[in-house]
Amino acid sequence: MNAIASALRHIGALTIDGIWRLGFITRFLFAVLMHSGQSLRRIHLTIRELYFSGVLSLLIIVVSGLFVGLVLGLQGYDILQRYGSADAVGVMVALSLLRELGPVIAALLFASRAGSAITAEIGLMKATEQLKAMDMMAVNPIARVVAPRFWGGVLSMPLLAALFSAMGIFGGWLITVAVIGVDDGAFWSQMQAAVEFEYDVMNGVIKSVVFGTVVSLIAVFEGYDCQPTAEGVSRAITHTVVTSALAILALDFVLTSFMFRG
Amino acid sequence: MSSISVIFNGFRVPAIIVNASTASTSPLVSLRDVRFAYGERAVLRSIDLSVHRGQVVAIMGGSGCGKTTLLRLIGGQLRASGGTVEVEGRDVARLSGNELYALRRRMGMLFQFGALFTDMSVHDNVAFPLREHTDLPAAMIHDLVLMKLQAVGLRGAAKLNPGELSGGMARRVALARAVALDPMLILYDEPFAGLDPISLGIIGQLIRRLNDALGASSVMVTHDVHESLEIVDYIYFVSDGRIVAQGTPAEIRASNDPFVHQFVNAEADGPVPFHYPAPPIDSLLGVEGA
Repeated sequence: MNAIASALRHIGALTIDGIWRLGFITRFLFAVLMHSGQSLRRIHLTIRELYFSGVLSLLIIVVSGLFVGLVLGLQGYDILQRYGSADAVGVMVALSLLRELGPVIAALLFASRAGSAITAEIGLMKATEQLKAMDMMAVNPIARVVAPRFWGGVLSMPLLAALFSAMGIFGGWLITVAVIGVDDGAFWSQMQAAVEFEYDVMNGVIKSVVFGTVVSLIAVFEGYDCQPTAEGVSRAITHTVVTSALAILALDFVLTSFMFRG
Repeated sequence: MSSISVIFNGFRVPAIIVNASTASTSPLVSLRDVRFAYGERAVLRSIDLSVHRGQVVAIMGGSGCGKTTLLRLIGGQLRASGGTVEVEGRDVARLSGNELYALRRRMGMLFQFGALFTDMSVHDNVAFPLREHTDLPAAMIHDLVLMKLQAVGLRGAAKLNPGELSGGMARRVALARAVALDPMLILYDEPFAGLDPISLGIIGQLIRRLNDALGASSVMVTHDVHESLEIVDYIYFVSDGRIVAQGTPAEIRASNDPFVHQFVNAEADGPVPFHYPAPPIDSLLGVEGA
C-alpha cells in the first residue's frame, strides 16, 4: 500500500513539476518577446548570433544534406525502377526533402550543434556570474544575451533547412543522373511539374520556422534555467538535445497531419 | 533640492533628485532590522548597519553566515523578508524594475572571481557599461577605458582576453569595469579570495584609493581580517544572522569580544565552534559512563 502511495506521490510530483516548467517556459517566452526590441534596434547583436547559429552550422548541414540526398537517390531509384518509374526519382527526392527530411533533419542537426552551444554558453555565463554581473550593471540579460540568441536561431533555421534540401536534391541528382544515368531532363521536368510552391515548399518552410522557434526557445531556456555548476550545465545541454529532438518529431507529426491530409 | 550631477554630458541616465539637507547627513546605505531566509532556513535574523558617504565598510563573518546575501539585498538582487534596506534614502524593495536599474547604474559591483565577459577583450569588458548606458562617441569611450585601466595598472592588457589574465589581473579588470561609470556605491564580494599576497595588497590599495578618488562609498564582504583592517573605516562582524560586533579598525584590534578575538586571531574553537552540532561521541560509541 505504501509503495502504491509512494508511486502516486512520485507521479503527482512529476506532473506538477512538468506543469510548473511549462508555465515557466511560457512566461520566459513572453519575457524574451517583450525584450526583443533591443535585438532589433541593435541588429549587430542578432547578426552576430546568426553567424554563430547559422554560418557555423553550414558545414554539417551541407555535408549531411548531400549524403541524405545521395541515399534518397539510391533508394528511390532502386524502388521506382521496379515499377518502370525511374524518371520520377527526382520528384521523390524533392518531395521527401522539402516536406519532411529537410526541416526535420536540419532541425535535429541544428539542435545538436547550435542548440547545445547556445545552452552551454548561457549556462556557463550563469555559472561564472556573468549574467548576474550584467544585471547588476543595469543591463537586462534577457534583452542583451537571451533575445539575440533566440532570434538568431529562429532566423537561421529556415535558411539552414532550405540549404539542406537544396544540397539533398543536388545529391539525388548526382547519384541518379550523373552516376546511374537517369535522364537529366526527366529528373528536373518531373520535379518541376510535381512540386507545388505553396503546398510543398511553403509548408516545409513553415515547419522549419516552427522547429527553429521551438529549438531556440528550449536552448536559451535550458541555459538560463540551469544549475550554475559544471554538472548543471552538462545536464542542461543534454536536456536541450533530447527535448528538442522529441519536440521536433512530435511537432512534425502534428504539423504533417494538418498540412498533408490528402 | 539639488540634483546629483552626472559625469558625462552624453549620459542618458536621468539625474536623481535628492534632498540636499539629508544627503550630507543621512547614511548612503541603511539596513534596519533586516531579516532574510532561503525557504525555511533563516540566514539573517536582525541586521542593522549603516554605510556613510565616503566610507569603506567591511562585513565579516564565517562562511555561510549571510555576508553575500547582505550584498545582494543592498544591490536589490534579493528582497528582505522583513525590515528595510535603503540606499540613498530609498527602500530598495519598493523600487520598480526601471527604478532599480536606474539605481544600479550608480552602483558598481566586483564579483568574487571577476565575472568578466569571456567573449570580450579586457577593453570591451570595461567599455561595456559605458556603451550600454551612455551615448558617448567611440573615441571618448576608448579614452575613458584606457584611463580606468591605467588606474588599475592594466592599460597594457587592454587587448588581452579574460582567459589570458591571472586571477589578480582579472579582479583588477573587473574593478575597472565596476568603476567605469564613476559609481556612488561600490560593492565587493570577497575581493581578496584566492589571491597571492602581492595581488591581495594591490587590490586592497586600489579599493581604498578608488573609493577616495571617486568620492564613493564601498561595502566589502571579506574573510581577510588583516588586509581589511588596513584599508577600511568601519567593520561589522556577522554571526548567526546578527551583527555580533562592530567598530573602527582600532576598536576591533583592541576588542576583547570573544567572537572578534577568535576571528582576528584565526582560532579554531570559540564562539564559533569547531564541531558541527552532533550528539556526544561517547553516546555514539557506546562508552558513555565507562
